[in-house]
Amino acid sequence: MQRQHSYLQLFSAVCKKDLQLAFRQRAEIVNPLLFFLIVITLFPLAIGPEPGLLARMAPGIIWVAALLSTMLGLDKIFRDDFHDGSLEQLIASSYPLPLTVLAKVLAHWMITGLPLVLLTPVFALLLNLDSQALVATVITLLLGTPLLSFIGAIGAGLTVGLQKGGILMSLLVLPLYIPVLIFATSAIDTSTMSLDYSGQLAILGAMLVVAIISAPIAISSALKVSVS
Amino acid sequence: MQLAGPNGAGKTSLLRIIAGFAAPDEGDIFWHDSSITKNYDEYARELLFIGHKTGVNAQLTALENVRFWLQIQGYDDNQDLYPLLAKIGLVGLEDVPVRTLSAGQQRRVALLRLWLNDAKLWVLDEPFTALDKAGVAFLQARFVGHLATGGAILITTHQDLTTHFNDLQTVTLEYRH
Amino acid sequence: MWKWLHPYAKADRAYQLCNTLLPYFAVVTVVCMVVGWVWGLAYAPADYQQKDSYRIIFIHVPSAILSMGAYSSMAIAAVVALVWQLRNAELAVIAIAPVGACVTAIALITGAAWGKPMWGAWWVWDARLTSELILLFLYLGVLSLYHAFEDKKAAGRAASILAIVGVINLPIIHFSVEWWNTLHQGATITKFDTKAIDPSMFWPLMLNIVAFAAFVGTVTLIRLKNEILQREKHRPWVRQLLNRG
Repeated sequence: MQRQHSYLQLFSAVCKKDLQLAFRQRAEIVNPLLFFLIVITLFPLAIGPEPGLLARMAPGIIWVAALLSTMLGLDKIFRDDFHDGSLEQLIASSYPLPLTVLAKVLAHWMITGLPLVLLTPVFALLLNLDSQALVATVITLLLGTPLLSFIGAIGAGLTVGLQKGGILMSLLVLPLYIPVLIFATSAIDTSTMSLDYSGQLAILGAMLVVAIISAPIAISSALKVSVS
Repeated sequence: MQLAGPNGAGKTSLLRIIAGFAAPDEGDIFWHDSSITKNYDEYARELLFIGHKTGVNAQLTALENVRFWLQIQGYDDNQDLYPLLAKIGLVGLEDVPVRTLSAGQQRRVALLRLWLNDAKLWVLDEPFTALDKAGVAFLQARFVGHLATGGAILITTHQDLTTHFNDLQTVTLEYRH
Repeated sequence: MWKWLHPYAKADRAYQLCNTLLPYFAVVTVVCMVVGWVWGLAYAPADYQQKDSYRIIFIHVPSAILSMGAYSSMAIAAVVALVWQLRNAELAVIAIAPVGACVTAIALITGAAWGKPMWGAWWVWDARLTSELILLFLYLGVLSLYHAFEDKKAAGRAASILAIVGVINLPIIHFSVEWWNTLHQGATITKFDTKAIDPSMFWPLMLNIVAFAAFVGTVTLIRLKNEILQREKHRPWVRQLLNRG
């Protein structure tokens, strides 16, 4: 029984397992998307179907809906592993836990964030967004949804051991989402005025880099607290 | 070494502290003269922990579970696992989700790890739970093998160990308010 | 750092330290608050533009400053708790949190009360008010996370992690809200003043800030003492203390 240490092996194993599980229960992938779609449908019904108004509000609507629908999937990210003891095995593995966590967050993003990005053209159609704004929306979602996964995973890690952690997790996480929301919607707004919005994207990108580096450490220590 | 004591005495809590999941109120755990909190990754390399919650995912098959465990521990996951599955009595069941197996079979899936590691220290919380007589004997034979190669085992169990172990020590915890 | 902190890792020593510090903080609070309020509310001159309504700054500004100050001290305690594994620092985190939340609430309420005569509305989405509101959410998050855990040991560590995550995010949130505000409604708000504040108002304000800081310190120390006693209630030194008293 020789050990060959390969971070790549660990990373792909953890990622693959979560993806495999998600694809076996496809509802996990589909339900947040349906939720997203329904929330978006509610807005025109509530504020009126006037195209100009919808286009004006679209960035906000899309992003608030994205925040809420990623919240739905977050609860699942560590819960099963916590209950069946896999989390203990991951902690007691000889690999650094932050790496494992990074893989899990990436898998979570591929399950929840990526489909949103891919389906944005449909939503843009519903909300009367023009093509410029559509491009901006796709880019901000591409940069922003992984950020949501990272920040959200901190909350998920802190609350995974609690009986009713779901609502509490949203309370912890949503205030931390505010900067992402502000910069992403502002980028889309700016794009509708045909102005340069690379500044906002740069800030989103910078926040993503910081999150990739620091969030796994916070998540790991949160998980260790939850397991103890 | 066997850890004994009535329900609620703190056997599981102690095991979890020794495995490094929980921090002790006072004191520290040392392995090879260094505190495990300082060098946890190195300690983890020599530790095999199977707790109450065994770390077996109910949606995955037995084989997927074992391979996943081998990967996260850094072992070679391409080895032929069928002889081992046959030995432990899981042949024919390797391709169904673990949730469809009986409690004893699920426990066996977790215990497969005992044949697939090079850890020095085994920390096992109630490993005999749900196992039948043959399974218990088989497991104890594996314990003897591990001890013969210089390994150490720390278990909690309510069952009497039927095999004779040479250096068996029993520590009994008492319930205290 | 460790050498200095080490003796206070013991709960009874920390308790004694609280007892020693408490009277100083209490005296400073009472003296500064009485003098500061009387000076500020009765003797300081009225503002030529805002008349007497500006006097709320003697409560609003200190509480706003302390809301941030309390959060940073909470985060510092959290770092100490996690890095040096000091349980007393965890208790300090949870001792500060509700005090900070109250101070933040005071800042928000006085801000709204001031906004009514100034801007004609109880609430405007002013950048500073918005950041303050988010700060209140962060405090409440730490508190509710702490109370959600049954195991108070884990609760203290979880709250500490959240406090640290919050303090890293705080500048980003503050900056983004500021930026969002200038983008959306730049000119609707006239800033209080750009010129230096008059000494006759400055000194009572300073006094009030000191008073508020000492007040937060006093309440935190009292809460910390309680938390220590609660956690250590089965230890002999607490029994001794109770028997003596």
